[in-house]
Amino acid sequence: MAGGGFKDAREWLQERLCLGSIQEFVAHKTVPLHSATPWYFFGGITLFLFVIQVLTGILLLLYYRPTPSEAYESVQFIMTRVEFGWLIRSVHSWSANLMILSAFVHMFSVVFLHSYRRPREVTWLSGIVLLGLSLAFGFSGYLLPWNTISYFATKVGTDMAASLPWIGEPLARFLRGGEDVGGATLTRFFGFHVAVLPGAMTLFLLLHLALVQKHGISSPPKVEQEARRASKPIPQMAFFPNFFLRELMAWYAALGILGALAALFPWELGVKADPFAPAPAGIRPEWYFLAPFYTLKLLPSHVWFIEGELLGLLAFGLLCVFWALLPFWAVNRAGALRTRLVTGAGVALLSYLAVFSALGYWR
Amino acid sequence: MRMTVILWALTGAAGLAMGARDSCVECHSALSGDLQAPAVQMENDVHARRGLGCAACHGGDPSSDDPQVSMSRARGFTGKPNRLTIPKFCARCHSDAAFMHRFQPQPRVDQYAQYMTSIHGKRIASGDAAAAVCTDCHGTHGVRAVKDPLSPVHPLRLPETCGRCHADPQHMAKYGIPTNQLAEFRKSVHWEALEKRGDLSAPSCASCHGNHGATPPGVATVAAVCGTCHVLMQQLYDKSPHRPVFDAMGAAGCVVCHSNHAVLRTSPAMLAGPEAVCSRCHDATSAGGLAAAQMGASIQKLNEALNRSRSILDEASKAGMEVSEAVMRTNDAAEALVKARVAVHAFDPKAVEQPVQEGLAVAAETYQAGVDAMRERDRRRIGLGVSLIAILITMAGLWFTIRRLESQPR
Amino acid sequence: MAQERRSILRWLLGTGFTASIISFIYPAIRFMNPPEAPEAAVNEAPAGNVSDLKPNSAKIIRFGSRPVLLIRTSETEWRAFSAICTHLNCTVQYQQAERQIWCACHNGLYDLNGRVVSGPPPRALEEYSVRVRGEEVVVARRA
Repeated sequence: MAGGGFKDAREWLQERLCLGSIQEFVAHKTVPLHSATPWYFFGGITLFLFVIQVLTGILLLLYYRPTPSEAYESVQFIMTRVEFGWLIRSVHSWSANLMILSAFVHMFSVVFLHSYRRPREVTWLSGIVLLGLSLAFGFSGYLLPWNTISYFATKVGTDMAASLPWIGEPLARFLRGGEDVGGATLTRFFGFHVAVLPGAMTLFLLLHLALVQKHGISSPPKVEQEARRASKPIPQMAFFPNFFLRELMAWYAALGILGALAALFPWELGVKADPFAPAPAGIRPEWYFLAPFYTLKLLPSHVWFIEGELLGLLAFGLLCVFWALLPFWAVNRAGALRTRLVTGAGVALLSYLAVFSALGYWR
Repeated sequence: MRMTVILWALTGAAGLAMGARDSCVECHSALSGDLQAPAVQMENDVHARRGLGCAACHGGDPSSDDPQVSMSRARGFTGKPNRLTIPKFCARCHSDAAFMHRFQPQPRVDQYAQYMTSIHGKRIASGDAAAAVCTDCHGTHGVRAVKDPLSPVHPLRLPETCGRCHADPQHMAKYGIPTNQLAEFRKSVHWEALEKRGDLSAPSCASCHGNHGATPPGVATVAAVCGTCHVLMQQLYDKSPHRPVFDAMGAAGCVVCHSNHAVLRTSPAMLAGPEAVCSRCHDATSAGGLAAAQMGASIQKLNEALNRSRSILDEASKAGMEVSEAVMRTNDAAEALVKARVAVHAFDPKAVEQPVQEGLAVAAETYQAGVDAMRERDRRRIGLGVSLIAILITMAGLWFTIRRLESQPR
Repeated sequence: MAQERRSILRWLLGTGFTASIISFIYPAIRFMNPPEAPEAAVNEAPAGNVSDLKPNSAKIIRFGSRPVLLIRTSETEWRAFSAICTHLNCTVQYQQAERQIWCACHNGLYDLNGRVVSGPPPRALEEYSVRVRGEEVVVARRA
């Protein structure tokens, strides 16, 4: 009987893969239920979009060629000759942007819901690493179509790296694979994008997800306080099937949005990169790098005796380190939470990013 | 007198070359206004750079600080030369092949000879000081090479230089020739090429009129002028029925239809319609008039077909479709259009018809590519719609499942 | 009643799910199927047979989407240049008698090295490399 056969198969696998303990865990996993619960979706959405990236990326690998003489043409080939090539490529490009957006939303929701608190500091740190890896994915992938915008955005980006003290020049040479952005850069970025970064991302993802499962989903301090005062436990929703079904809905919505974006606003091909042509006016990086880019543009060429750009880059570096260490300065010496400070810092950072990205886009 | 000047010039040159002092520049730099200007301008002068200082042209002794000595007649000082003597003055060096050879391996030394054949030269010879001399165009002090963009005779600045006199009605009043040439030229495609595109191969005043031997090209020589670049048009025109007729009329070929200075962008409107050039002579029902109308209609048809292709491909491209290959192909139709417009100069509808037909075929092909691209766009939208419906059904299913799950008592 | 509703729901979910999965998998599978002309980049273009051109003659071939002028200068020597004039983008042609490349638009002239001899063109013509494989002539980009 079919039903029985299916049950036998399950039992066979269960014995060998210890599915039982996983099933047990999932059955008991809960999600806190309160007004901010919807924000819990964004981690999963980011993960889902990453999976989309991997799948569409693997498909694109079937046709993409990472050399200056063929990269642009192979993307053109995908867009014009391969069946549904336009769809796979546009989904890949749009999903990259949506994933980074979702990652930022997820990070800010963690900040405002104060989920970084003890014992979740390492989860936060691994999350920051994941955000950095996503941005690296974005930067490396942007060069691969080898059009004018990609080429010059990479040039500007690596030039900025070169301006760092001591490590700047060697770093830039490592990134570029030479003195200038060229075929060597393309090969390297391709290697980073399809091998190194996915490997690193997978490792940190496993760590991040394992930690989330281990510590469970955190509730915001206010909700915990309320529960303590009322002597009632925080209402919970079963992860499976309730929360999971909702998450599926969110994922389906994301798929619908991606499809619509790919069909209605296909990603453009651009013009093939010509290293000898002058940079076109108004070159700017993708939106997720706009805020630092615009800030650097505003800085004067020299502040005191330090070069303006260098000062800007160092300031960003410090900001990133500072932000990564958030769980540690979010707690005062006595161990009490500085929630207002963190919320304030979060609002400040979010406003800065939003305003300067907008300015960078429209100026 | 001439010998003195040359001797002092050579001494001065040798002196300057050896780094000897030039008291002329030293003193005059300290003065002001008109007396200072030449010394300042000499810094950029081609003559000064080659070691030919003030004394080379004005004479005098640049080694002495005493104005009585440095500017004395005894030392060959000539002061400001009389306008009428300037061409001969410059020619003393510039027509001397052996002398010029010191500065260039292949110098031109015929400028003076050419100048004397020009209207300017003839008028100067007859004592009219209002005509142009060397310094009017090349400058006095601060003479730059023609290639130098700051030189008044650089192709980009030449029209302005010629226009200083030729566009001045008061100056030209006694000669009875028009003064609208500069204004007309500024309307032309040639000036547009020079000014907007920086295409130095486009003709400036000297390209058609000559520079030193400046004369308006006569009826017989207009052909030599336009046909130097526009070879095919020239060849077709020569074999066309217009040539013998215009020659007999004494009409200057190309200029009859295209004008001399205000050479405007051509269009089918020149052949047919209210602005048509042909209708100036040809009656609408005459053989010529009918031929013109036919050629005009043909070219207009190709023009329109090309525009239709371009606009649908533009629409497709804006809708996100990849049509770059088809867009490149429209260039072939554009080329056929160019060929057709060249063929007009044979003044035979059959000659025009051939490239037009070729162009129409390409335009039809590219238009079809545009239509196909728009159809594909519609197909994608339908596909999107179908998948969105599937997604919405699934989401509805999930939603109701959740509702059902949570409405049941645990 | 509840049973009916449950089965409608199951149908809704099942159909929606299946339809949506198909709408994702179908394009992916079609994508993996290579198209008719599997060559993406145009680094090379066939230019006919050796016997197609006599010595001291030329023809225009398509290289990707651009025209290239292929010249057979002698029995054994071939040259190829971009056929787009560097002045105002007209298509150039080969003049057999003068052994030069000429642009009809404004009388630009290039020599057999693609360099400008006279006339308005500002730059030389881009050169392509020509290889003869047996009977076949192939034009390729100069790496």
